[in-house]
Amino acid sequence: MSPHPANPPANPVDALKDELKSAYDHNPNDAHDTDDHHHQDEAAKVTLGFWIYLMSDCLIFATLFATFAVLKDATAGGPNGRELFDLSFVAFETALLLLSSLTFGLSMISMQANKLKGTIGWLAVTGLLGLGFMGMEIYEFNHLIHEGAGPDRSAFLSAFFTLVGTHGLHVTSGLVWMGVMFVHLFRRGLTPANRIRMMELSLFWHFLDIIWIGVFSIVYLMGAA
Amino acid sequence: MSSPVAELHEDPLLRFIFGKLDINSVPWHDPIIMGAGFGMVSAAVIVIGLTTYFKKWGYVWSEWLTSVDHKKIGVMYVILALIMLLRGFADALMMRAQQALASAGGAGYLPPDHFDQIFTAHGVIMIFFVAMPLVIGLMNIIMPLQIGARDVAFPYLNSLSFWFTVAGAILVNVSLVVGEFAHTGWLAYAPLSGIEFSPGVGVDYYLWALQISGLGTTLSGVNLIATIFKMRAPGMTLMRMPIFTWTSLAANILIVAAFPILTVTLALLTLDRYLGMHFFTNDGGGNAMLYVNLIWAWGHPEVYILVLPAFGIFSEIVATFSRKRLFGYDGMVYATMCIALLSFLVWLHHFFTMGAGADVNAFFGITTMIISIPTGVKVFNWLFTMYRGRVRLELPMLWTLGFIITFVIGGATGVMLAIPGADFVLHNSVFLIAHFHNVIIGGVLFGCIAGLNYWFPKAFGFRLHTGLGKVSFWCWLIGFYVAFMPLYVLGLMGMTRRLSHMDNPIWQQYLIVAAVGALIIAVGIAAQIAQIVWSVIKRDELRDETGDPWDGRTLEWATSSPPPFYNFAVTPAIGNHDSFWDAKQTGQAYVQPDSYAPIHMPRNTATGLLIGLISVPLGFALIWHIWWLAIASFVAMVGIAIAHTFNEDRDYYVQPDEIKAIEDARFAKLKTEA
Repeated sequence: MSPHPANPPANPVDALKDELKSAYDHNPNDAHDTDDHHHQDEAAKVTLGFWIYLMSDCLIFATLFATFAVLKDATAGGPNGRELFDLSFVAFETALLLLSSLTFGLSMISMQANKLKGTIGWLAVTGLLGLGFMGMEIYEFNHLIHEGAGPDRSAFLSAFFTLVGTHGLHVTSGLVWMGVMFVHLFRRGLTPANRIRMMELSLFWHFLDIIWIGVFSIVYLMGAA
Repeated sequence: MSSPVAELHEDPLLRFIFGKLDINSVPWHDPIIMGAGFGMVSAAVIVIGLTTYFKKWGYVWSEWLTSVDHKKIGVMYVILALIMLLRGFADALMMRAQQALASAGGAGYLPPDHFDQIFTAHGVIMIFFVAMPLVIGLMNIIMPLQIGARDVAFPYLNSLSFWFTVAGAILVNVSLVVGEFAHTGWLAYAPLSGIEFSPGVGVDYYLWALQISGLGTTLSGVNLIATIFKMRAPGMTLMRMPIFTWTSLAANILIVAAFPILTVTLALLTLDRYLGMHFFTNDGGGNAMLYVNLIWAWGHPEVYILVLPAFGIFSEIVATFSRKRLFGYDGMVYATMCIALLSFLVWLHHFFTMGAGADVNAFFGITTMIISIPTGVKVFNWLFTMYRGRVRLELPMLWTLGFIITFVIGGATGVMLAIPGADFVLHNSVFLIAHFHNVIIGGVLFGCIAGLNYWFPKAFGFRLHTGLGKVSFWCWLIGFYVAFMPLYVLGLMGMTRRLSHMDNPIWQQYLIVAAVGALIIAVGIAAQIAQIVWSVIKRDELRDETGDPWDGRTLEWATSSPPPFYNFAVTPAIGNHDSFWDAKQTGQAYVQPDSYAPIHMPRNTATGLLIGLISVPLGFALIWHIWWLAIASFVAMVGIAIAHTFNEDRDYYVQPDEIKAIEDARFAKLKTEA
């Protein structure tokens, strides 16, 4: 097959040509662009990718919520939510996590203002609140298991431990990520790469907050009612 | 193979070190399994030996194993799929042989316990490790080229996804020799797959192999969606994307929406088995139908994850080989997205017999039938594209024609199964087996082979041999009908699926015909292997220097074959979805620019390879309860991933003089061709 070399067009489509030309003129992928441009593209790309990942994670929780809804009355003669849940304890736990979202927001505001100390400081407060939340969750799980209400007691408790535990595992990974984030921030400061990382970590953290609001409402409030 | 439930080591130290694994975990006395295992190990040794002998490790390491180039990752996906196809097809031949031999009271040659593992392994391998890597591989190779991108959005993640898929495939193959595979069928329905009824390691192999490869698939879905939304060449609006890119987008949205459900479902079954939970057990309030609902809430979209890209491949091929613009491009796009949406609304048709009641069954029966409308739109679009076109019967077009006829038959039997009343009779019969092989072979497999023949010259710079390709096509097509039409008849006669021994001479004659059909397909596969080998040997005669051997229409044909690592020296600009065709018509194709700008490219990394391969010991350790190894592997994986974040030197700029040298060579060749 011949490669159809550049003959003068037999039947030129002027409109198309103009379109092609104007597209060349405004080429955002063009490497002539400044480095700044590159970082903005990169940030937009990573953020979209991270959002898509979060949505897939959201579906993991959606499936766990659906499973919990199906199995919530399958207590197999064992204890139900009303007998097990201590709402004031969980309310305090919830407050810790919601507060940590606020402090992460303050950390991001410091980052926007190019204040490294404030960024790290508020991130540290966020981490401590997250640790407090996890401590309370582990205490609650331990307490339930010692009362004979472990995850192998009934389908309801299997679903409860798995849903709440999956959220807890996510919070734990968020805390590990924060630990790594501190190292990055101490090493390089507020570089474009670190700003992107902080952006994604904050998305992740707020996402877990939103999931927890669902857990608190559906598992604890409705379960204890 | 009859492997008894592994007995725990008496000695606590041995139990700590080896978990449930001991010397008797390998079925030393089973000639079939040991033969297959010997074959696999020798093949691996030969490949490793040849690589060492020819001193190619440096090349293999830097050009392939650690590559983040989407084209190379795509090629490796396809190679993985073709290797696993041989394994999955060997399982198919064994089943057809057993049923032909053991259907009139004969003993056959496989004990039921081994037959169970074979049909499970066949289904798992064909869906997860043949169809998925074929489809994802083709999307990887072609889609970024079609949208004028330099690579996917996250090249390192792409490499990681691939190696997770490989890890899953390795675990499935290890299960052949060490321990056993699941006896449960490819979806491992609970409570059969629970610890009470499947105490061995077979289901654990199933769970961890799919969990690891499924993670890779989900990440790949995220990656390709971000690629399509963020990396299209200027001027390429959504409605100017080539149709294969559209169907890839739909498939990847389905992956991101459906695979999390699989992840959770497998995880819940794992918790039942490992921690004594009660999601799907008969006691403790568990609900086995919950498992069946969840697995099909993933499983039905999975069917469309496979077939939508195949539809895209056929659409590209029909337009190219009819030398016409695709008929009804907009309709094709809307039909694709309708199917993607509807695929989440039909899962219950896989178990009408659950007893959900007439109203529920009617709802799902109707939604299922509605899917045939957008699918019909597609079939008519292909037909009208060919109508009054100048059709060239090259190999890709032959596969497409074979597909249209076969797929319409499969679709029609699907509509029959969508009628709940009819389904009560046909459910779990070999009629169903015939139906889904009709659509998966006729749709997905024919599509992928058509795509391989169509895009092979793009990936490697030479065409596949036509004569051997035709042998392969006709053997596949005829073999398919001979193998599966008898199963429709048998299904109507009442033969249920997954039978290892029967005593019915009337069925036997049909089963012998079906076995002959499988042998014809075997010839087709042999011809395919011969086609690839022969084409590599004769590559100079089959070479294509233009980069456009079929007079193509979309952007992947605008660059050289194989494309340079940066794909396009200058980012192309797009006027419509047949932009390369229009460029050729208006004389804008093959014009060398005066100067080049630096190109931003990602560096290779071994991180994806390392994390992926360490997930093999992780999975193996979890299967055999070797906790120290599981913890060590997991910590290593997380550690390597974190260490990777400290590597800030991930990309570089290709300098204009290097680009100019590559492009000058290409344009010099184009001149001599012309």
